[in-house]
Amino acid sequence: MASTTKQLSFMPPQKSHENGHNWETVRANGVTAQEMKEEAVRKSRKQPHESYEQTPLIVAVITYFGYAVLVIFGHLRDFMKKHGLEEIHSAKEYLKGHTPLYSSFESFYTRNLYVRIRDCWNRPICSVPGAEVVCLERKSDDYNWHLESNAFQTAEALEVTRNVPRFHFLTTWPPVSGTMLIGTMAIHVELEQLISRFLGTEDAICFGMGFATNAMNMPCLVSKGCLIISDSLNHASLVLGSRLSGATIKVFKHNDMKDLESILLDAVVYGQHRTHRPYKKILIVVEGIYSMEGAVVRLPDIVQLKKKYKAYLYVDEAHSIGAMGGTGRGVVEYWGCEPRDVDVMMGTFTKSFGAAGGYIAGSKRLVDHLRAKSHSVVYATSISPPVAQQIITTTKVIMGDLCPDEGQRRIFQLARNAKYFRNRLKEMGFIVYGNDDSPVVPMLIYMPAKIAAFGRMMFERNIGTVQVGFPATPIIESRARFCLSAAHTKEMLDYALKHISEVGDILLLKYSRRPRPTTKAVW
Amino acid sequence: MAGDWYLYEVFQAFLSAPAYHLLLEAFLVLWILRLILTKSYKPHKTRLGAKEKEELIAEWTPEPLVPDTPSDHYTLHPRVVDGKPGKTVTINGKKILNMGTLNFLNMIENKAMEEAAITSLKTYGVGSCGPRGFYGTVDAHLQLEDKLAKFLGVEEAVLYSFGFSTISSAIPAYAKRGDVLFVDAGVSFAIQQGIAASRSHVRYFKHNDVDDLKRLLQLQADTDSKHPKRARVIRKFVIVEGLYLNYGDICPLPELVAIKQEYCVRLFVEESLSFGVLGASGKGVTEHFGISVDEVDLICGSLENALAAIGGFCCGKSYVIDHQRLSGLGYCFSASMPPMIASAAITSLEQLENNPDIFSALVRNSRWLHEKISSIPGVEVGGDPISPVKHISLKDCGENGEQETRMLEEIVQEAENQGVALTVARYLHNEEAHPLRPSIRLAVSSSLTQPDLTLALRVISNACASVHRRDLDAVE
Repeated sequence: MASTTKQLSFMPPQKSHENGHNWETVRANGVTAQEMKEEAVRKSRKQPHESYEQTPLIVAVITYFGYAVLVIFGHLRDFMKKHGLEEIHSAKEYLKGHTPLYSSFESFYTRNLYVRIRDCWNRPICSVPGAEVVCLERKSDDYNWHLESNAFQTAEALEVTRNVPRFHFLTTWPPVSGTMLIGTMAIHVELEQLISRFLGTEDAICFGMGFATNAMNMPCLVSKGCLIISDSLNHASLVLGSRLSGATIKVFKHNDMKDLESILLDAVVYGQHRTHRPYKKILIVVEGIYSMEGAVVRLPDIVQLKKKYKAYLYVDEAHSIGAMGGTGRGVVEYWGCEPRDVDVMMGTFTKSFGAAGGYIAGSKRLVDHLRAKSHSVVYATSISPPVAQQIITTTKVIMGDLCPDEGQRRIFQLARNAKYFRNRLKEMGFIVYGNDDSPVVPMLIYMPAKIAAFGRMMFERNIGTVQVGFPATPIIESRARFCLSAAHTKEMLDYALKHISEVGDILLLKYSRRPRPTTKAVW
Repeated sequence: MAGDWYLYEVFQAFLSAPAYHLLLEAFLVLWILRLILTKSYKPHKTRLGAKEKEELIAEWTPEPLVPDTPSDHYTLHPRVVDGKPGKTVTINGKKILNMGTLNFLNMIENKAMEEAAITSLKTYGVGSCGPRGFYGTVDAHLQLEDKLAKFLGVEEAVLYSFGFSTISSAIPAYAKRGDVLFVDAGVSFAIQQGIAASRSHVRYFKHNDVDDLKRLLQLQADTDSKHPKRARVIRKFVIVEGLYLNYGDICPLPELVAIKQEYCVRLFVEESLSFGVLGASGKGVTEHFGISVDEVDLICGSLENALAAIGGFCCGKSYVIDHQRLSGLGYCFSASMPPMIASAAITSLEQLENNPDIFSALVRNSRWLHEKISSIPGVEVGGDPISPVKHISLKDCGENGEQETRMLEEIVQEAENQGVALTVARYLHNEEAHPLRPSIRLAVSSSLTQPDLTLALRVISNACASVHRRDLDAVE
């Protein structure tokens, strides 16, 4: 029996890794023969590969050394500023006798590390955020303390690698609108029905902002005496929502099923901390695709654990809806799970739908409860009608109701782009994190100085990339993030890859020590 | 050699000691050794066997994820609105006068704003597809921030994509664990959520009661003087609303500013309702009282009410505001506002600048309705006469909130039948920090003409009268 279950695990056992990305097989006790059969079917369907290559020791040492130098110089400059030897460009506290609004220690990192390279972020654009965007040029006369983006006149054309598939189809649009307090609009009713049909759930409810969907609805689901088990890399909105709910929060190692199971077991068996009363309910909170890691949630394993321990499951599909699965229905479809296996299906319209807002889909009972009790429904604005119209149109395109095959073509194109781009990067010797099918591609840079160097050099080559460092990632694992779009063509990707490779050679970014793939990545 | 002699004596004594004594000593020495070497006492930890664990797992039945919602709950049967909720609104196919939405300046029906939105849509598409940090900053956002800052006469403004998330992200950006917030008891839910997220200590003072605030600040000052070292790192904030959504009255800003200076606290004013409403040119509560914006440390406003767009903003000194660009959760971690909405808001703001008359029209309408509705028998109107938000509640209903809500809902229904859309102020009563009185929340618009106002008054007074009559009949 034991040997069969081992065989049926989804992943080939790999060596465990420092980051906690542990692909050890999950023990599947208490699983019925039927479930095992289902698993076998799923297994035959999916063999995704996730990799997190270990940081080479020498790179880690140099990275820490880099931060040490920056911190020493930071203190040195602070000392000089304090004694008037260096000009202070930052805004100064204007009130005497008050506790400073934010302590200087708190802003040390911002002042001495972030500001020096902050031209790599917040780059203003002035076009449709498609596969190519037009960026405004910015200048700074005081070492990045003030960036003059003043060019509402001059602009530079630029090609940008970012974001998941987008659609720009619009049919009709009602006007921009404000708060609805007297009722709901006909367009919102239509939108909610369409979303529930798209996701295959009983009902759905939509909100005006994706971030707020998490932050304002989690408190309606769990409260004091409940337990939230949260992935360690969950998005800030989920963390905030969990915190506002008042429930006990436990964190499991990112995507580590063994850790999740041990927390679940302890929670059910030993109950609440100190009082040992049983928890009222347990909610597992995970994301579909983790935006900084490119990892895909191991949904089948989680569903199995959730069933075994009678917990509830909340999946945030912000990055995966419209981007994963054969027909764009997110990670649930990707893994071949049933929509009813996930109790709360949450997602946003900002990425694949090219709009704004968020939704929660699930049973009618869940959605009715949210309609009655959600902070967002009672106190906040609903989706603006033109934005709702964009979502309706894009959803119909994805579903094939409008422009038949167009949605399918884009989903296919995105999947192809993701595979190709990732494999090519690996061939070149970069360390790339995450799932092979994930359109979010993090490439490790590690050293703080290279963050800015990479960003600026790529920008000079007309490629917009996103660099992420501490605190969004562990301190040594700074990375560049490429977001692929269905709008990218092979030529665009090849252009980008060529330049990434060149810059990678100049900056010595090809850290990977794994054997290069023997077969060449094909489009 | 005294030492040697001493040792010899000890040895002699040892030899001459009785055997039982030696045994006892030896035993004691061993006992002490045992005490030293054994681990310290630990309460017995229950270790459950695998079988017991399985039983416990089988035994545990969690509560359902959500309770059942009664099928007659008002949110499950919403009125369905078609078209623009402007001066009039089409509810369930019937066009009636709109006094339910916070559409103070009727910007929603402004053609210029609509055109700006459509032009922007053609340039930028709908969504911005990214957070501000990662290519989600569009020039329209920068223009709107710039325009807002200039309009209010402050150094910097920062945009949020959702009104609710503005203040609830701004508060925790500054207030941390251990800090103290002095908050008006009448603040809206968004502020309460911001306070909860900040995990600071919160002291509520009675609504609009400056003396109570002083008392609390004095208490804090007394504790601070006892622990001066700790006091030096505690940040203190006073948080009020300009125009209270839940009461319709205005905060006593001049007194608050004086207190702020006296007690060295920072003052945050939430102007979601007062921005674009109070003051001769709609600059909010500071203009209303003729106080410089520099006296307020943070002004937080919404684009969702007077400007008829979506989103919010915070503004003030760069020292204060710039911090939110890395610390405001709703700013950093959320996709930015759709550019078309930013463009619409810019045009909306320009319209305000070009038509200062609408503010006086709004005040005139608000005053007139306040006066007239107050004279309807059995009815109380809460709030300031010039406030466009009026809370209508019933006299003589005592503490019976449920009955009052039911009667108010009947009035709303009756008014809808007669051609005026109203709404009962909706709260999640279990979640609010302080109990709120049931009321009808009436929103006055500057676009209402005298015949509209007369109609509204007549309908409201008829509706009240008929519901009162029905109620009396029921009692008899």
